This record gives sequence, C-alpha cells and structure tokens, in this order.
Amino acid sequence: MNLNELTLVQAHKGLQKKECSSVELTKACLKQIKEKAHLNAFITVCEENAMQEAKKADELIAEGKQQLLTGIPFSVKDAICTKDIRSTGAAKILDNYVPSFDATVVKKIREHGAVLLGKNNTDTFGHGASNEHSMYGPVKNPHDETKVPGGSSGGSAVSVAANMAVFSIAEDTGGSIRQPAAFCGIAGLRPSYGRNSRYGAMAMASSMDTIGPMAKTVEDIAILMEVMAGQDEHDATTVSQSVPKYSELLDQDIKGKKIGVPKEYFELEGMDSETKQIIEQQIDSMKSQGVKLVEVSLPHTKYAIPVYYILVPSEDSSNMGRYDGIRYGVRTEEASNLFDIYTKSRTVGMPEEVKRRIMIGTYALSAGYYDAYYRKAQKVRTLIRRDFDRVFEQVDVLVTPTSPFPAFDIGGKKDDVLAMYLADVFVGPAALAGLPALNVPVGKTSTGLPVGLQVIGRRLDEVGVLQVGHWFETKQ
Amino acid sequence: MKLTKEQIEQIATLARLELSEAEKEQYATQLSSVLEYIDMLNEVDTSSVEETCQVTGLEDVVREDVVVSTDEETRQKLLTAFPEKVGNLLKVKAVFDN
Repeated sequence: MNLNELTLVQAHKGLQKKECSSVELTKACLKQIKEKAHLNAFITVCEENAMQEAKKADELIAEGKQQLLTGIPFSVKDAICTKDIRSTGAAKILDNYVPSFDATVVKKIREHGAVLLGKNNTDTFGHGASNEHSMYGPVKNPHDETKVPGGSSGGSAVSVAANMAVFSIAEDTGGSIRQPAAFCGIAGLRPSYGRNSRYGAMAMASSMDTIGPMAKTVEDIAILMEVMAGQDEHDATTVSQSVPKYSELLDQDIKGKKIGVPKEYFELEGMDSETKQIIEQQIDSMKSQGVKLVEVSLPHTKYAIPVYYILVPSEDSSNMGRYDGIRYGVRTEEASNLFDIYTKSRTVGMPEEVKRRIMIGTYALSAGYYDAYYRKAQKVRTLIRRDFDRVFEQVDVLVTPTSPFPAFDIGGKKDDVLAMYLADVFVGPAALAGLPALNVPVGKTSTGLPVGLQVIGRRLDEVGVLQVGHWFETKQ
Repeated sequence: MKLTKEQIEQIATLARLELSEAEKEQYATQLSSVLEYIDMLNEVDTSSVEETCQVTGLEDVVREDVVVSTDEETRQKLLTAFPEKVGNLLKVKAVFDN
C-alpha cells in the first residue's frame, strides 16, 4: 500500500510507530497530486509550505509531542480562508486574495500539526452541485473521468477519493459535502448548524452554512470532529455544549436502535433504480442486527427544494455584496466611476451561476416580493423542521439515499437549471433543519459508480449518526 | 409569468451586474422557470406558521463592545490586499460624479 492511500487512523499509527515520516507521507501525496493533476481537484498546491510543515511535524513527533493530526497531509476547500495561502473561492474576483487569517477550524487542525497541501477546486463560492460552475474549470470524478464529482465540494471529495490528501475540510450549505462524498465514494459529514465554527468560510447562505470533514472512513470523520467542533468567539451561532469523544463512542452496538426510513425518499419520480435497490438492500441488512426499522413520513420533503432555492439565492445575493473590487480582490482597470468599479469587477470576476443566484435573490428580496418569497419560504421551512421533530420522537436516526442518482456526465445537466437543483433533493431538508447528516459509501453501480447512504440525526447527535455510519462501514 | 427585459435590467442594476443582451434573454427565461417552480409553495397553508429565522435556539449572544487592536503583521497584509492605494490609504473613485 502506498503511503498516500492510508486512512487518517493508519497514517497516525504509522507515524507513531516510526514506520513512516510526515515528510514521506507528504511527498507521496504531492506526487499523487501531480500525477492526477488532470482531475483538476486543486486550485492552489503549496508544495514548499507543505514540506516545511512536514519537517516541523517530524520534529514534534521525535520530541514525543505527537497529537492526533500531527504530520497528516490534508487539503481545504478554496472557499475557506487559509492564512498566507491564496483563497479564491474559485472566483476570479478573488484570484489574488491571500487571507491574513485561518478559518477557526483550519487553525485548530493546523495547531495539531497537520500538513496543509493546498486548496481544492469547488463550484464558485459553493454555488453548484457538480463542480462544473468553477471559474478554474470542472473537476473530474476519479471513478469515471467523464462524470462530475458532485459539488460544490467536488475538489475536496476527489482529493480524498483519489488519495491526494488523507482528508479534506469542506463546506456544506445544502449538500455540498454529502453529495460529492456520495459521488466519489468517501465519507463526509455535515455537522449540526452551530457545532463547528463558520468563521473564515466565505459565506454563502449564512443560516445554513456549515464546515465539516471529508475523509476515507467514518472513524476518521469522528476524529476530525473532535478537533474541529466547539464554541468560537468569532462565530456567535456556535453552541456551548461540550464536544463528545466521538471516536471512542463509535463502536457501540446498534442493537435496539430505532431507525427511521422516510418513505418520501424512496418515492421520487426519476430516481435511479439501481441506487434505490442498493440502498434498500443495505437498510434491510440492519434487520438481522436487532434494529427496529420504522417507516416514517416527512410530508413536506417535496417543498425543501423550492424553499432552498428561495432562501439560498436570497442569502447569497446579500453575502455576495462584499465582493465589489474595493478592499481586496481583483478590481477592474476599465472603470471610469465608482459604480463601474462595482459592476465591471463583479461582472468579470463572477461566473454565470453566481450571477444567476444573485439575480434570483435580489428579485426575491426586492420591495413588494419579500413576503411572497423569502417570508413564505421561511414559514415552509418551519414545517420541514416540524416533520423532523415529530419523527425524531419515534426514531433515533433516519437512513436515506444521499442522492437520487450516481454521478452524472460532465455537461449533462449544465443547462438545465432545475434538473441540477434537484440533485440536492435528499440533502436539502436536513440542511434547512440544521441537523447533522453523514454520507457513508455503501456500494457501486454495475458501471462502477459509488452509491452513498445518508444518516440524518437529531440536532447535535453527531454521535448517533456516526455510530450508524460506522456500522455500515465495518459490517462487511 | 415571464420576467420582462426591463425587470431583468432593473434587477441587474440593483445587483451591480452588467449583462449582455444574450444574458438578459437567458436569465429572463431561467429566472421565470425557477420562479414558476417556486410557486408550488403557494399550495402550502402557512397562515398559522411562524417563520424559521434560526435553528440553534440561542438567544442574546453578546460580547463587550471593545476595540481590539491588530498586530502590525496583519495590518501590513490587509494593506497589501488593497487593489489600489496611496501610501497606506485605500484609493477609490470619487463617490460623487462632479
């Protein structure tokens, strides 16, 4: 096995037993990044920085100061700020932007001595579900290079799936961690809203944005969450509840658990039959474990996408206002007045999908339309939340497909805006309700494309979600 | 309901975006289809439902209103990020035309 193929747990043990060094691990990852450059998973690779950090990590390990993440090479979605390393959000308007600070979660991980390899491609500012809407070009799925990797965190998913990084830190607003994790066959967790700090993430839809881990195993995810989670003075929406030792709680027996199967997630028109079959088989396999499977109903599920596509563009259009070419980023040289600076810098520096969302959001929030669109959507959002509250009185977690179909062709849905939005149909509802949700890879289609199962939990019950995910991962 | 070209132009001005004629036509069609899709929310009775403004349940998260200084290194980095500057001042176009 090559060093770059190790999981976080394996790499940690390898470093501990001195079977390998961080420099060797980092070199193996950098070599793989070069060999797989055509997948376009990275916007920026910081080789020199990575080698320096690896050497430092080896010194720490030699001094007996190894922590869980010391010396482990990782990558970060480019829509999350990294100190002294270019962070573009995949937007040309930030092509030259070098943050003076680390996002809180990145800071915590780097303080553990993890080695930052570079920044991952993404749909610009997280706007997309296929990673085709990046101003730095589309990302290819390593399982089939004619397919999309999912999005928006497509570069992060590919960097882990193709063994370029041991793990990646990404962002999930309405499915941007879980859906690409499903398409690429890796684990990815959207934490409860408020569990991890959002400070340093380029804001998209602030009432839903979360930062979470993507990794090769659920066990790795649990370890990462122990480091990432917790209250942050820079993010007033983070909660004060103590952070559980997730990795030590993984192995609990799932016997006696009540698992909900929401029927609306299996009745969708146009759902891929093979995906459905694989997920149903997986759920069935829980029966022999003394698990109680309960069919439940979330009647407002079908409204999640229309709600999502009012709330997200509205909050987007407001958040995108900061990209104006004034204080940082790329300013047009063609402006003759202030209005031109804003307009021309934004027009050149942002791609079509970002502009489309700004247009929808600006319209939805404009005078006379606010009640009809934004307020109405916030009310239906309450009904979606109540659906979940009600079923979580009966069951411990919910299991569903992560996506109605496996990875689709690059270019296949690009011009069909609504078809693309439907890619988020199973990942949107939990996001609107602020719940934790995990993708765990459970199989492959006959053509070799990964299929992912989603576990959704009660608010702040990452433990319950990870336990069930871990069971699926280790049962074979 | 299809949005008119004038509506698209007005939204673009509010959003500080410049659109080509082809883009105006494209966005008019796409925005209209998205809005039509969103209309399905009208079949939901929300007359007695409160809005969800946040999901954490946190209330009154406050901090002291104090000035926190920035170290010189960070200050220099922020200055370096300015697209145009005169000395340590950010340069912008005049706010008023004359």
